[in-house]
Amino acid sequence: MNARNRELFGLIPATLLVTAGFTAVFIQRHDLLSNLSLTFGALFLALCLAAHLVVRMTLPDADPYMFPLVAVLACFGLVMLYRLDEDLAREQAQWFVVGLLAFAGTIVALRRDYRVLERYRYSIALLGIVLLLLPRLGHPVNGAYLSLDIGPIAFQPAEFAKIAIVIFLASYLSSTRQVLVVGARRFAGITFPPLKHLGPLLAVWGTAMVLLFVIQDLGSSLMFFGGFLALVYVATNRISFVIIGVGLFAVGARLLYAIRPTIQDRVDAWLHPFDHHLYNQAVGGSFQIAQSIFSQADGGLFGQGFGQAVIKLGDSPPILPAAHTDFIYAVITDELGLLGAAAMLLVYLLFVERGFKTAMLATDSFSKLLATGLTAVLALQVFVIVGGVTKLIPLTGVTLPFISYGGSSIVANFILLALLLLVSDRARREAEVR
Amino acid sequence: MNAPILKLFVLVLVLFAALIAMTSYNSVINAKAYRDNALNARPQIEQQRVHRGVIRARDNSLLAHSVKASDTLYRRRYTPEAQLFAHVIGYDFLRIARAGLERSRNDALAGQRNELRSIVDELRGQRQEGDNVITNLDPRAQKIARDALGDRKGAVVAIEPSTGKVRVMVSTPGYNINSLNDNGVYAKLSQDGENSPLLNRATQAGYVPGSTMKVVTATAALDSGEFQPDSRVSGKSPITISGTPLSNFSGEQFGDITLTDALTHSVNTVWAQVAEKLGHGTMAEYMKRYGFGKDPPMDYPDAQMLPSGVYVNGKLLGPSSDKVDIGRVGIGQERLRVTPLQMATVAATVANDGVRMKPQLTSRIVDNDGRTVQNIEPEEAERVMSAQTAEQLTQMMSNVVKEGTGTAAALDGIEVAGKTGTAELDIARHIDQPWFIGFAPRAAPKIAVAVTLERIVGGQGGVVAAPIAKQVMQELLK
Repeated sequence: MNARNRELFGLIPATLLVTAGFTAVFIQRHDLLSNLSLTFGALFLALCLAAHLVVRMTLPDADPYMFPLVAVLACFGLVMLYRLDEDLAREQAQWFVVGLLAFAGTIVALRRDYRVLERYRYSIALLGIVLLLLPRLGHPVNGAYLSLDIGPIAFQPAEFAKIAIVIFLASYLSSTRQVLVVGARRFAGITFPPLKHLGPLLAVWGTAMVLLFVIQDLGSSLMFFGGFLALVYVATNRISFVIIGVGLFAVGARLLYAIRPTIQDRVDAWLHPFDHHLYNQAVGGSFQIAQSIFSQADGGLFGQGFGQAVIKLGDSPPILPAAHTDFIYAVITDELGLLGAAAMLLVYLLFVERGFKTAMLATDSFSKLLATGLTAVLALQVFVIVGGVTKLIPLTGVTLPFISYGGSSIVANFILLALLLLVSDRARREAEVR
Repeated sequence: MNAPILKLFVLVLVLFAALIAMTSYNSVINAKAYRDNALNARPQIEQQRVHRGVIRARDNSLLAHSVKASDTLYRRRYTPEAQLFAHVIGYDFLRIARAGLERSRNDALAGQRNELRSIVDELRGQRQEGDNVITNLDPRAQKIARDALGDRKGAVVAIEPSTGKVRVMVSTPGYNINSLNDNGVYAKLSQDGENSPLLNRATQAGYVPGSTMKVVTATAALDSGEFQPDSRVSGKSPITISGTPLSNFSGEQFGDITLTDALTHSVNTVWAQVAEKLGHGTMAEYMKRYGFGKDPPMDYPDAQMLPSGVYVNGKLLGPSSDKVDIGRVGIGQERLRVTPLQMATVAATVANDGVRMKPQLTSRIVDNDGRTVQNIEPEEAERVMSAQTAEQLTQMMSNVVKEGTGTAAALDGIEVAGKTGTAELDIARHIDQPWFIGFAPRAAPKIAVAVTLERIVGGQGGVVAAPIAKQVMQELLK
């Protein structure tokens, strides 16, 4: 069976899942079954088929599993949103259409050779940084400048900036990695990279810090910096560079902790979520994280079932805030239990595995680094939000890719998927020729 | 570059394993501790998903029921009849938790009969349903008692002596139970220190019992064998008790009179001497037998009941403590604080041939198909005195109503036994705590009552409290 037919078959479980999920939520809510759930399933299948045809025509050799895995995540997210709020699910479905258009557009535009991106690395880097600074024009939400309102749409540029920064880093590191390794000097037992090539890298580190300082988006900056370190490590195979990077980040973070009350609040809430004073603090308290944990505690091994989680009562403010965005993982654990949540993480892991496999299969260093960076950033994004919601690390607001409600997130992550498929198509074709 | 990519993948595996580990900790390993966390309102919310059983009065009229608040949640509603019983029924609201019968009978009302049944219900796809609670409460007598108290603060308790069934339990001022769920109402009522409307005065208020306590002293005197109804004691006034002069009401003088006469005319000096003669030990023993010093054994939350006894700085003193002026305890003064429920129990015990029954608000628990799940059988708490002592006391108490201070409680054609009390709280301003306890009919008692009112100017028990007791007994003996 060729790759595309395998992909086509891979979409069947996703379609079954979305149909079954909508049916379950629908029965739970209305005590009866209508063909609406089947309509949702059919609609979803049609969208996936269209995207599949684009891939079939343009990238015949691309990895056959990535798209179905994303489809499973996306339909899972859609069902969760439908359970939370029908209107949100409808909007999210519309964003899927936009995301799939962006997906197809990216593939068609770069189908000859995506490596043209290398040539525009500085423009792309600049674009990324400008995107990051845009929200400063808007209003802060919970002390962070996360989005820019364009008409009715809340645009979250960080989601797109992460792709731009990864492209820049992959491109820059692919051409300087040799020099970085050869020119390295040992000092006090630690290998330092050559100073004259540090400039652009420090610029990225600086960007992450600026993010923290200016737009106070702790989650995105964690993601960027993690992706940056992953790329430097893969490009140079020097763990000492990573240690230096972590050290610099720690210094910066410590500095910020001392001067930024919002970051102190986050850390305090993480350390003492059930402290009465912090719990009742109106802004920046621990109410959200405490409720997230209570919600997970309701889930148990198997969960309470679709629609059973307590999220809000009547018209009062919700008991579990931001259930459709930051805390969707808590709702998933509540309703589907530890097993459901672990299964979802496993799907992400399978996707990450396909991404790294693509990177290993690719022959040129730009492709390798691009696939590594995109995969690492996605994995980190999952880690940052799920880690925050489960109290493994301090909570920072990023979306759960393909599942959380949010147009920017959906569209950006479909572009990310398109880039990975582009790399994969070339890598697998060349691997076969060899 | 493939080696570092592989290592990176291993790192991602480790990070994701940490996520799953943390999720396991939150959702399974430490879940119980999180569910028990005081900040976690979810367990209470879950209980609002249960279609809670109804609470009914003795005549089957509906008091409390649940209505749908949303797709999955129910809300408690209380009928107009229920407002008469506000303190007894209590409430069950998410915002302010639970009190009264709603709390003490929660397991039945929430259908938590056993784990197996819940699981079977779940497998059958049935929503958990609560059982219904049928109470012993009598709405008509309750209304009469409440109306008789009017806008005065006070309490009335009526108990069936032979069974301990609580037929009337009024505390005024009351409140609308449904309104407690409205924003700010609960906070406002609980901060109203002047009226304390949320306080169940029948079970939670400690009042000075005054002369009604002489029934307890008389029990000790007769049952211990130290005295007989016709034992004579000097009734001159004033006399010195524990180093302080004690006078009779209005300074009245009596010669050597029998205990029967001393009870009929409520002679303080006689009963103070009797109590002193009996001593701390005997008085403490009989108070204990009557249930003083402990929460009454009623199906009602402990947090809403006050033990009766001698209080020093808000703390209950052991009854045999020699710091107590036992002579004045014997006439219901000193630092003695009693609840109306306790005094109703005293009257009911005498009426029930000296056997104290457990007071019971609940009659039975039935399921939704009308089957009785549990019948609350009458339960003996303790024999306080011999049947002979009880008969002698009954004779003495009926004299009180026939020719003494309690004539206002007399019923046409039915012999009533009772005792009045007038605790002088502020002699200068004539502020009194009037009491009446009693039972009827004398020969085969059907009902025992305790009535008291709070801080009434010139309020003698025989004038203010006895007529209320009369109305309530009249209704309950119909």
